[in-house]
Amino acid sequence: MVPLSWYLVLSAVLFTLGAAGVLIKRNIITIFMSIELMLNAVNLSFVAFSYHWKHIGGHLFVFFVIVVAAAEAAVGLAIIISVFRNRQTLNADDLETMKL
Amino acid sequence: MHLFLFLTFALIAVGCAVNLLRQRHPISSALSLIGVMGSLAVLYLLLGAEFIAAIQVIVYAGAIMVLFLFVIMLLNAGEEARTQRSKLARVLGLPLAGALLAQLSFVVWRQLGGGPEVEFGGFVGSTEALGRALFREYVLPFEVTSVLILVAIVGAVVLARKEVR
Repeated sequence: MVPLSWYLVLSAVLFTLGAAGVLIKRNIITIFMSIELMLNAVNLSFVAFSYHWKHIGGHLFVFFVIVVAAAEAAVGLAIIISVFRNRQTLNADDLETMKL
Repeated sequence: MHLFLFLTFALIAVGCAVNLLRQRHPISSALSLIGVMGSLAVLYLLLGAEFIAAIQVIVYAGAIMVLFLFVIMLLNAGEEARTQRSKLARVLGLPLAGALLAQLSFVVWRQLGGGPEVEFGGFVGSTEALGRALFREYVLPFEVTSVLILVAIVGAVVLARKEVR
């Protein structure tokens, strides 16, 4: 038997690691992956609360989050490709101006 | 058994997430992220979310991560360059991340205490129930999502194409 709060604390740990990744990583692809990690952490707490309230709504929300994450990954990676084509770098520290 | 499965896959998830941060090569980070997503799928199954577990593996670990690997290989991304980080970040970074974690855990603990026990099979969000809710109460968001995906496809094609000069 596992208390529900363990799932929520695990979700908090994964979210913190994702947030730390966004701050400490320098490669924009890895930063993007850290964002996906945070999305996954939040999904876990949605599913845990769905279990808690015995309600399917949390599962539906996770479903929509996954769909939006797929769309976001497609657009984000296209932006990364376009940035790389213009700057020839993936290092977030070298990308300081928004001008092309 | 539940405790054993939870601990095993929670440890794998956290270990892979830490590995994601430690690795300098994006491919290694992507593989660690797949590990996190796979173990989260098992945790979803333990919580009775069978459909979510399936699409977690198929869409997240399958489709989205393949997209990531594709872009990493397309751009030939190498090892991350070490840059001079500010001293302030080195001193404050870890304590602040710890503070965020402590706050989140504190709120969870305060609200739930130990919380109710999770029992395998205590609540099963079957695919049938999910489909019924999706096509009855949530039909409008579902349809709007299809427009969102169409916009995302067009946006991705426009952004990633070669510019004609």
